[in-house]
Amino acid sequence: MVEVSSTLLFIAFVAYLVATFLFGGAVKSSSSQASKSFERWGKLAITVTIIGFISNIGYFITRWIAAGHAPVSNLFEFTTAFGMLVVGAFILIYFIYRIPALGLFALPIAIIIIGYASMFPRDITPLIPALKSYWLTIHVITAALGEAILAISAVAGLIYLLKNIDMTKKSKQRFWIEAVMYVAVLVLGFIVATTTFTLADYKVEFNYVNKEEQVLKMEYNVPPIFGMNESEAITENAMQPLMEMPPLVNAKKLTVVTWSVIFGTVIYILLRLIFRKRIAAVLQPFTKKANSQFLDEIGYRSVLIGFPVFTLGALIFAMIWAHEAWSRFWGWDPKEVWALITWLFYAAFLHLRLSKGWQGQKSAWLALIGFIIIMFNLIAVNLIIAGLHSYA
Amino acid sequence: MDKIVCTCGNVNPAGTLLCESCGRPLNKETADKKLVDMRYEGSARRSQTYNKTIIDKVWNFFSSVKVGVWLIVIILVAASIGTILPQVFYVPATTEEDIAAYYERIYGTFGTLYYKLGLSDLYSSWWFQGLIGMLGISLIIASLDRVIPLYKSLKKQKTKRHTSFLKLQRLYGIGNIENGEESIRKAEEKLKTMRYNVKREGNALLAERGRFSRWGPYINHLGLILFLFGVMLRALPGFYVDETMWLREGETLYIPKTDGYFLESKEFIYETYSKEESEEVFGDAIDRVGTIAKNYQSNVALYKGPEGAVAGHLDDLTFEKEAAIQVNKPLKFDNFSVFQMDFRLDELASMTFQLQDKLTAESFGEFTINLADPEPVYELQNGSKVEILDYYADFTGFEDGVPQSKSPLPNNPAFLVKMYTPEFPKGETSFVMIKETLEPLGENVHKIAFQSVETRDVSGLTIRKDLTLPILMLGGLIFMIGVAQGSYWNHRRIWIQRLEDGQVVIAAHTNKNWLSIIRDMDAVSEVANLPKYEDQQDEDSKENKEEGV
Repeated sequence: MVEVSSTLLFIAFVAYLVATFLFGGAVKSSSSQASKSFERWGKLAITVTIIGFISNIGYFITRWIAAGHAPVSNLFEFTTAFGMLVVGAFILIYFIYRIPALGLFALPIAIIIIGYASMFPRDITPLIPALKSYWLTIHVITAALGEAILAISAVAGLIYLLKNIDMTKKSKQRFWIEAVMYVAVLVLGFIVATTTFTLADYKVEFNYVNKEEQVLKMEYNVPPIFGMNESEAITENAMQPLMEMPPLVNAKKLTVVTWSVIFGTVIYILLRLIFRKRIAAVLQPFTKKANSQFLDEIGYRSVLIGFPVFTLGALIFAMIWAHEAWSRFWGWDPKEVWALITWLFYAAFLHLRLSKGWQGQKSAWLALIGFIIIMFNLIAVNLIIAGLHSYA
Repeated sequence: MDKIVCTCGNVNPAGTLLCESCGRPLNKETADKKLVDMRYEGSARRSQTYNKTIIDKVWNFFSSVKVGVWLIVIILVAASIGTILPQVFYVPATTEEDIAAYYERIYGTFGTLYYKLGLSDLYSSWWFQGLIGMLGISLIIASLDRVIPLYKSLKKQKTKRHTSFLKLQRLYGIGNIENGEESIRKAEEKLKTMRYNVKREGNALLAERGRFSRWGPYINHLGLILFLFGVMLRALPGFYVDETMWLREGETLYIPKTDGYFLESKEFIYETYSKEESEEVFGDAIDRVGTIAKNYQSNVALYKGPEGAVAGHLDDLTFEKEAAIQVNKPLKFDNFSVFQMDFRLDELASMTFQLQDKLTAESFGEFTINLADPEPVYELQNGSKVEILDYYADFTGFEDGVPQSKSPLPNNPAFLVKMYTPEFPKGETSFVMIKETLEPLGENVHKIAFQSVETRDVSGLTIRKDLTLPILMLGGLIFMIGVAQGSYWNHRRIWIQRLEDGQVVIAAHTNKNWLSIIRDMDAVSEVANLPKYEDQQDEDSKENKEEGV
């Protein structure tokens, strides 16, 4: 069952990859004569996407059966489910607005999310007592679904900006949209770096002293750039860390981040050399046929659809469960606070749009920032800020 | 201020931008815009009309969405600052000094600064709570400022609108149509099948749908206000209890703050996942992580004491029920819940000793000390006895020759005892510790020899009562209804009018979801012969037209 599950996830992954290229075809096919071929590409693309999505759901269900609980209990499982729901939300929105460019950008984002998830331990973990509740299923899936729908708003915003920012003139917007592209490449860098060192089977072990002055063991799967506090190699002939960190800093994570930045930057420079253009400028032609008015509306509509779902899953269900498991419905745990921050942010988004008329570019930028907050809550809060939600 | 009388004869309150009845722009600025601003239907809001007294100014401040958004943003930023370092309640220290020391030790200078600035207890600070309070006031005032005039103006709107109003709508078209009356009649039929609420007035038609979605924002604000009110109620006595208790196996204790309830711990159970039972699925994870906890459980019995029972009196308890308290499965009674929160395994419960002759190891009898409550004297056989002069439950060493105990928990028990035997009726003094004995007043003939120890587990329980929960739940429910109503439905209006010169005008407005209203307009245009309309805000399709695509 576990193998079946992994295979299905792999099939889904490949299908999304193929569908991305098909959507590329749907967007590219030159405008004048091509409305028929345009439609054919689009149909094929969404069909492959749906096949991938069904396979993805197959992964989810088989893993659920194998584990005996909903596969949303660790960082790999949650992030994969989030990627899957992004595709689901995209399919939903696609059938309302039928804009192929949306697929061309939503699917790669889902691919990167699932790829990122696969870098974490993939084995099925049994549930610790705090997670043993049907609220795990209800709370996590609803919250992830809300976030996924909100993410589509960022995709629409991204396309809107790529389309409408003048790439020929120097401007703040042109700089920041390229910065967004660079960050996306850094995530790719993380995946490439981790995969490279995993394939090379790199492994060294160190002893170190933590902030409570206990001696602990730490295993590095990437060459140690930064060493843990007072670290001593256990593995023979291990590479010595270039720099030692104070006990407060997790030098292993810092090393992984540094490698991601190195790999990502190299990839980015290579891309710039190959295309001789900004990445945003390379992508711009793909967005030409999308109607700005509708992109803006998708951005707004997906927030409208996602916001109530997010509120229900990430705040209300969360509070009910927190009261059951931790005896209080709200405890200012970092994950809770960041869910509240996300919620407040989208509330501000809606008010700015409704009352201050922030449409178009302003709204698109806000949607992108919202997605960054969601990803921050998913990645940084789990990995950097310790709290009750650190299950990874 | 004066009321504004429109050309159509309707008397509008001062400050109105669009005539409530016919929609005519009432001042030049509104008329000169490219598109009319349809928010709140151009109605007269108090905040936009009066600005003289202090009350006006306060009202205007809090009714502003700009202020509301700023409050949201400030709260958002402040809340994020509170997550940089753990808050005090997650820090393993209780006294102010220990907490300060903790922040300094673990996080250095930044930690000290964080603590000194009060950021380590940010969420209960006066200024953070003040911000939340201001947001609450803003919710109330901003809603009132808008919902009343909006309600009035939607109620007063006439079917027949002035052309200047229609011309400024985002979707607008005008043209000469043969047999205009026939077209309008067909459109009316079609719109009715599309579940529009259609009204006619002479040559004018108004089709409206989903007006109730306009109330969504105000309903969800009401839910939020109720929620914040519920949170405030907690401060009142009797609404909220948050206590903790440590309960040892075999022990029966009064449950703090309850009306005479007692809890007995029968057993504490701690289980981990074994590789055998779950080899196939969980094997890898267990290999990687080590032990994974499976269950924390306190098996307890609940008792009710007689009226006016107090802690420590365990007589006349009536058995209520037995329960297994697990994480996620609290024990519930009488508005109280008892949660499994923490535990300590193998705390020392009792120690058994023997009074012996040091040389021959001849025994004068055994005695067992209950470490929670040692007896003053243990009588042994043949008139021997051991007197406990002093007890140090958590012995840490001597300070100036005086033994110290850092807590009442029996982590490292030590005793100052006097041993009496028939030979030594005056007694010998000894200081007994685990694995060691001191003889402070000279060499003894007898000793206390350690025999065995019994341990037990301790359950850490949280006792909670929260009478505000139903209010919070209701607030949450109302919020969800309001937010769904405002998000998943939208208010659409289509106006069709035949003018005196025979031209037909069509205009439409929706508060959101323009794609749907365009589809509705197209569906109507298919059956009824209506002038072409255009989206006056769609720059792209204009560009395309200019390019001739």
